[in-house]
Amino acid sequence: MPDITLHAPDGTVHGFEAPDGVSLMAAATGFGVPGMVGECGGALQCATCHVQIDPAWAGRLPPPSADELAMLALTAVPAGPHSRLACQIRLTPALQGLVATIAERQY
Amino acid sequence: MSTNTPIVIVGGGHAGAQLCASLVDAGLGPQVHLVCAEAQLPYQRPPLSKAYLKTPTEALQLHRAASWFADAGITLHLGDAATAIDCAARTVTLASGATLAYGSLVLATGTRARRLPQLPAGLANVAVLRDAADAEALRTQLREAKALTVLGGGFIGLEVAATAQALGLAVQVLEVAPRLLGRSVSPELGAHVLATHRAAGITIALGAQVGGFEHDGQRLQAITVNGQRQPVDLLLLGIGAEPETALAEAAGLACDNGVLVDAALRTSDPAILAVGDCTRFPLAPAWQAVPVDGARLRLESVQNANDQARAAALTLQGQSPTYAALPWFWSEQGSMRLQMTGLMPAEGTPGASRHRRPGANDGSFSILHYVGERLVCVESVNAPMDHVMSRKLLEAGRHPAPAVACDPAVALKTLL
Repeated sequence: MPDITLHAPDGTVHGFEAPDGVSLMAAATGFGVPGMVGECGGALQCATCHVQIDPAWAGRLPPPSADELAMLALTAVPAGPHSRLACQIRLTPALQGLVATIAERQY
Repeated sequence: MSTNTPIVIVGGGHAGAQLCASLVDAGLGPQVHLVCAEAQLPYQRPPLSKAYLKTPTEALQLHRAASWFADAGITLHLGDAATAIDCAARTVTLASGATLAYGSLVLATGTRARRLPQLPAGLANVAVLRDAADAEALRTQLREAKALTVLGGGFIGLEVAATAQALGLAVQVLEVAPRLLGRSVSPELGAHVLATHRAAGITIALGAQVGGFEHDGQRLQAITVNGQRQPVDLLLLGIGAEPETALAEAAGLACDNGVLVDAALRTSDPAILAVGDCTRFPLAPAWQAVPVDGARLRLESVQNANDQARAAALTLQGQSPTYAALPWFWSEQGSMRLQMTGLMPAEGTPGASRHRRPGANDGSFSILHYVGERLVCVESVNAPMDHVMSRKLLEAGRHPAPAVACDPAVALKTLL
């Protein structure tokens, strides 16, 4: 049961436990974390679940696929070096303590 | 429109769910009533033809948790279909007998699966796929069956065909038209989809005349295909969807293959809006290079549902948006990821041309559609970066010459 911390664009900070195997996008939308959209449901079609991973965590995630890299070109806020799509981050015990910031805008 | 009276949303699909989210963002949550015929919180539909069918333990993916609706102050009416609208009294009646007063009403009623009059409802081995209950039934049926016959070579039919094939069923697709996805994709892409599914082991018959439905009221036993009798193990009807307009029509709202709305998503009654698959909306000025019937469109897509819901939320806040979002769509079928953006000109449109942009391999390419010199639509298969950049080109109103845009040595990104 990983503990996740998300910084929302409105300045609020959201900590939650997520069931194993669920994506960061699905967990965050489920909890209603502001700023997380994920309108295609995790099919890598919309780029509306853009997050910046805390630099301390960036290297500990599996790297993005070619499809995710393509979609990162569509984010409303230009992607930076630690940008990821939250739908592609599957929460596992190894991600206990993950910290990320939700992009300012998703569309 | 008044901002302190109830906003009643009928329908909990993607459009209804996004409208809830947009109204909550605008601080209007406590005024919102969401009415759903299904006894189920709004959920993601695209996985129903893929991951949900494949894995028995796969749960529905909810748009928002129950606690989100509660915290937002939204009143949920789940499992309680709207049965009538009284436009004069501004009330909606529900199946339970409850009556909801509204200041604004939004119809997000979606579509229903087309069925065949020869097949009575309730045959144990005949399926359709629109909602979670359909998907749950089909998931069980796929586990009990050894062979699947899909009637109709459209997106839903082909997605389920690929899923069933991966599950180990013998799969046959019967399409009456001379090609797959006839109304939705170019002949080139349709031919590629056909060849890929056939190479994967799916049997596909084009120009198939299907009839002779033999059933005993419990099960469908056999059909005839081009006059030949064939036993049926499991049949999926994938012959399209029809807009769910019964409620709107009974209320006297203008409908014509969809609930007619203006660019701000208002119906013919100014207190009633409509969003999503059930609407037929005016073609935005930017798209008028592509002639469409009656200068109106009806789109069945997640993109259109979400973008219309966001525009409708602005209308409900007293603004006058002009809905003009760029259409995009996707379909995952076995090893193929199809992605489309823009508006495809109908066959025979004056000045229309198609150009192929090669991808990394034979299974990867894009078809670029032009009307005159205007780029109007791009279909991609297994070429996600070209799809993404095509969306950017179309959003930006760029019209690169076909010879340049189809040169694989030129990254589309450089044409922005």
